[in-house]
Amino acid sequence: MSERTSRIGGAFDKARVDGRALLVGCMPAGFPTVEGSIAAMKAMVDAGVDVIEVEIPYSDPVMDGPVIQRASDIALAGGVRTRDTLRIVEAVAATGAPVVTMTYWNPIERYGVDAFARDLAAAGGTGLITPDLIPEEAGDWLAASDAHGLDRTFLVAPSSTDERLAMTAGHCRGFVYATAIMGVTGARSQTSQAAPVLVSRVREITDLPVGVGLGVGTGEQAATVAGYADAVIVGSALIRCLLDTPDDAEALTALRDLSTELAEGVRHGLPRGAGGRPG
Amino acid sequence: MSADATNADVPAQLPDAAGHYGPFGGRFVPEALVAALDELASAHRAAMADESFLAEFAGLSRDYAGTPSLLYEARRFSERAGARVLLKREDLNHTGAHKVRNVLGQALLTRRMGKRRVIAETGAGQHGVAAATAAALFDLECVVYMGQVDTERQALNVARMRMLGATVVPVTTGSRTLKDAMNEAMRDWVANVDETHYLIGTAAGPHPFPALVRDFVRGIGDEARTQCLDQIGALPDAVTACVGGGSNALGIFHAFTGDPQVRLYGFEAGGDGVGTGRHAASITGGSTGVLHGTRTFVLQDADGQTQESHSISAGLDYPGVGPEHAWLHDTGRATYQPVTDDEAMSAFELLCRTEGIIPAIESAHALAGTLAVAPKLAAELGRQPTILVNLSGRGDKDVHTAGEYFGILDKERP
Ligand SMILES: Cc1ncc(COP(=O)(O)O)c(C=O)c1O
Repeated sequence: MSERTSRIGGAFDKARVDGRALLVGCMPAGFPTVEGSIAAMKAMVDAGVDVIEVEIPYSDPVMDGPVIQRASDIALAGGVRTRDTLRIVEAVAATGAPVVTMTYWNPIERYGVDAFARDLAAAGGTGLITPDLIPEEAGDWLAASDAHGLDRTFLVAPSSTDERLAMTAGHCRGFVYATAIMGVTGARSQTSQAAPVLVSRVREITDLPVGVGLGVGTGEQAATVAGYADAVIVGSALIRCLLDTPDDAEALTALRDLSTELAEGVRHGLPRGAGGRPG
Repeated sequence: MSADATNADVPAQLPDAAGHYGPFGGRFVPEALVAALDELASAHRAAMADESFLAEFAGLSRDYAGTPSLLYEARRFSERAGARVLLKREDLNHTGAHKVRNVLGQALLTRRMGKRRVIAETGAGQHGVAAATAAALFDLECVVYMGQVDTERQALNVARMRMLGATVVPVTTGSRTLKDAMNEAMRDWVANVDETHYLIGTAAGPHPFPALVRDFVRGIGDEARTQCLDQIGALPDAVTACVGGGSNALGIFHAFTGDPQVRLYGFEAGGDGVGTGRHAASITGGSTGVLHGTRTFVLQDADGQTQESHSISAGLDYPGVGPEHAWLHDTGRATYQPVTDDEAMSAFELLCRTEGIIPAIESAHALAGTLAVAPKLAAELGRQPTILVNLSGRGDKDVHTAGEYFGILDKERP
């Protein structure tokens, strides 16, 4: 881990004092429109989502299931550009909630890795989650994130070897993203058995907070995951509120209701077990 | 076989251990796949050093697929080309294309890794049919992802795959074509990686796929090099091939990369013309980017969103290209040029009429490119050039498309 302080670290520190996990809510930039996505993200913050994850829509999202694919397609068909994403980050960061950006790698290479890091930092973003970038290929991003003081979150998976867990966590700043299941994004009826095992493996090799994503969709599931993770990351279930409901006002109400339910969930996480975060 | 019949000096150093060809290649994948890619890379390395694996592959290629494929001097086509044209007859292989070499190699690897299920992506259905064929032969479960647009355009190949016992899944996301089928195959792989091998159809994707596909198709060039020496007593002046993802081109180029006097030409699908924006020429009309797990040339917009490709040839209709071609282009070792739909179809017709061979429309791009470079080569060399063309496949699958193109289907001529 780099010596630099993390932009998102304060939020984790505060949640730890409160004895709870953070709730991270994900929304594609520009879905259903640029303004609509800002309104949705602000509504999520109002309803208790702690951290907003803005996903840059991409034409070929191989880690995403049908819900995020559809939302991304809608955003792209609406003409959203990478620079709109930065505007969205800025608008949502103005609420005071930390905003982290999730992106496939090609849009960043195309923008220019250093230029994007500079502009993301200026927009008030905390850093990047990179689902298809592994540290071995991330030389430019390691340098740019250091230069502009951004966090970097690489993914770890149940299939990662111990050596890779240590190497990957060693390159993270802010938090580590544990993919709870072997599979793509999308709410599941049951939370993963593999996730708690993976989280405790990660805790053995790093003090960084660990976020768990892929599959969480209800307050109950959020509470379960909050029992062993430092952040509960929810995407498809929130996005579906907007996809399933044609009426804008109704959709925002559904989004607020689910956000509230999830926010209560992370506050009622099971007591931290032996695998829980120290201190 | 003469002493120099095999080229022992072919550079074997690329890719490097992490799968890079200079600035290209590598692995841009979800972490969840890294363990499987590592497993595949070590199985591939071990297999390539295992005499019994290589013997089994060679035996199957010979007895089942029908290799070595013939090298045929196309005299009447040569007259029209102004060059001595040698056709490497991959069209005569079982299943009708070079693709069978790749699927047999990967099916053997699948068995070696103890996996029971293969998945594949397909555009026109050629690779899907080849994968389903190998799966039937090796008693593997087979799921083929195919864009919904393509399942409708290529209904006969869908039926072929099903006859062979494969499940064909129409992909309804994105542009509903080959690139989306590839995304869907990757998603399946992430979720089922323990028991499943992703039997990729071309020399693209994350490391080690480009390297292992090359190893399984390089027999094309190894055979052709020996056949040239045996049949005409010399190496050709140039080797030509069409380039979709790049497997048939790499397959025939590889044996000649250490022969500096042999020029290598790859012909990309120029569609309506690279200037129109409606094409599939990733090297001549694209830019450096990351797609499907590798850094290479990609058709993309200013924000790095993949653009749809266009070609009359479904097998070349892909907005990326294997990373080794990006490298061969960058270093200047191979030359890449676009061939339009019309140029390809005119060469298609010429081969039909002069040689009685109906080529795949993909391969017709190689023929058209050959016709285009022959006069330049002749001028450069001051004599008639000898050109080795990879006739990567036969045109049975394209009869409908070509019939429509030429307006010779009965429904159009009542
Ligand atoms: C006959 C034939 N040639 C060429 C190709 C293009 O693929 P590649 O560039 O990998 O050889 C295809 C793909 O389907 C094909 O069927």
